[in-house]
Amino acid sequence: MIETQHLTRRYGALTAVDDLTFRVEPGEVLGFLGPNGAGKSTTMRMLAGFITPSSGSARVCGHDLETATLEAKRCIGYLPEGAPSYGEMTVRGFLGFIADLRGLEGNARRLRLEHVTERLQLGGVLEQSIETLSKGFRRRVGLAQAILHDPPVLLLDEPTDGLDPNQKHEVRSLINEMARDKLIVVSTHILEEVSAVCSRAIIIAQGRLVADDTPAGLAARSRYHNAVSFRLDSAAALESARAALAQMPEVASVEFVERDQKLTALPQPATLGNASEPGLALMRAITGWAQAQGLVLRDLAVESGRLDDVFRSITA
Amino acid sequence: MRSIGIIFRRELASYFATPLAYVFIVIFLVLASAFTFYLGGFFERGQADLAPFFNFHPWLYLFLIPALSMRLWAEERKSGSIELLMTQPITLAQAVLGKFLAAWAFSAIALALTFPIWITVNWLGSPDNGAIITGYLGSLLMAGGFLAIGSCLSALTRNQVIAFITTVVACFAFLLAGFPLVLDAFRGWAAAPVVEAVASLSFLTHFEALSKGVIDLRDVLYFGMTIALFLISTVIVLDVRKSQ
Repeated sequence: MIETQHLTRRYGALTAVDDLTFRVEPGEVLGFLGPNGAGKSTTMRMLAGFITPSSGSARVCGHDLETATLEAKRCIGYLPEGAPSYGEMTVRGFLGFIADLRGLEGNARRLRLEHVTERLQLGGVLEQSIETLSKGFRRRVGLAQAILHDPPVLLLDEPTDGLDPNQKHEVRSLINEMARDKLIVVSTHILEEVSAVCSRAIIIAQGRLVADDTPAGLAARSRYHNAVSFRLDSAAALESARAALAQMPEVASVEFVERDQKLTALPQPATLGNASEPGLALMRAITGWAQAQGLVLRDLAVESGRLDDVFRSITA
Repeated sequence: MRSIGIIFRRELASYFATPLAYVFIVIFLVLASAFTFYLGGFFERGQADLAPFFNFHPWLYLFLIPALSMRLWAEERKSGSIELLMTQPITLAQAVLGKFLAAWAFSAIALALTFPIWITVNWLGSPDNGAIITGYLGSLLMAGGFLAIGSCLSALTRNQVIAFITTVVACFAFLLAGFPLVLDAFRGWAAAPVVEAVASLSFLTHFEALSKGVIDLRDVLYFGMTIALFLISTVIVLDVRKSQ
């Protein structure tokens, strides 16, 4: 469990983190979102016990980070931003060093080292020095280091930054796999990450908490929530569709994206009607119109909302 | 204690994982011998002792020890690995001590590799081996003092060149604290006891006694306290500035 109370960090006149109070329970994967410079890393560093708060407090697994620092650090696995490590060391030497610092011994040490090596597919590079590794491998070494002692709390600062799509997928499935019995905080500015792994998201901007919700709840704040989008075959049909949509009482506004020829009708909030069938009225109106015109709607879909849109409107 | 040992081993191994260790040792040995035989007139003096050898150690250390100490913390801060290290379940004091002891052990290894000169002097004559051991002890203590100063200044910056230069200057000031060059800077404005106190801080004075074979507890204590003081300062500096 992580619990913060009015967590604040100031650097001179700059307040990097401003009065953050939140609570995370085991089993949750918390996405920590915010634009660059919003205070994500500063918060992660405070939770990991690297920097001390200017005021306020944080408890990890019941241990106060300021009065019981070592106990708190023991139950945390932390991947710092950029996955720093000792470049001249071999992967084997580095993981062994961390295992020693984490107090792993004997059989348990061997088993955990084998487990993380296999889980993060580091077997082939164990004897290579870390500075010769690609960015993806370095990130994996950082992750291996973080989960080595099987901590109940995992803090991952931008775990997929700079990875290719395959590696991102690997890291995300690793997070999903560990999510069952751990508490995981993932800081990121990649929004797809939130829908891919998180059960809850906190958005901060200029050091302040501006949203705390489930990914679905956040998406629902989007003006695209329950919007209906589709494509049409001909330019003429497109023109008549735009005109017809603009006339419908269910439609608040119409947007057209040139690149993929996609037409999106944003719903008029008052006409959304029955909460159990959101967007249905709009969908009916549009399909009814298309049938009457004898047009085929391609890629017809009701949107659940766009996170990037919400993110911009909250943090900009 | 365990954590200090783990950090100590990693640090010491990291010296030998890069060319740094070998370059350092070779240069140290070459310069130490060159100074002893050419500048010190080892043969011409016709005396079976290692005075010409030890006399140049302060000046050798002045440039070589900062090269060793500059990376202690500046490198950790530059690469960000300090964040990794300090989020492990260890205290700052353990990390500072572990890294310092590794650097000190490394300089001890370099110093120990000068043993051929000890064999040479024993082969040529019959020197006072007790005095030579004391000389080695003094040299090691002085290296420790320089390293502790370097550790503290390295913690202040993330730039190794700045760490090197400031350490050279600080060590130079400590070395010559008993000489007019440094004392004159204080004489103009400070009270006489202050000037005397500064004069008593001289590394050179304390080392000279030891290098001549005189073990005065005060000299040993002086180096020990200098090391302790600067290591404590390192911990304080890191506590305040580690994340900046």
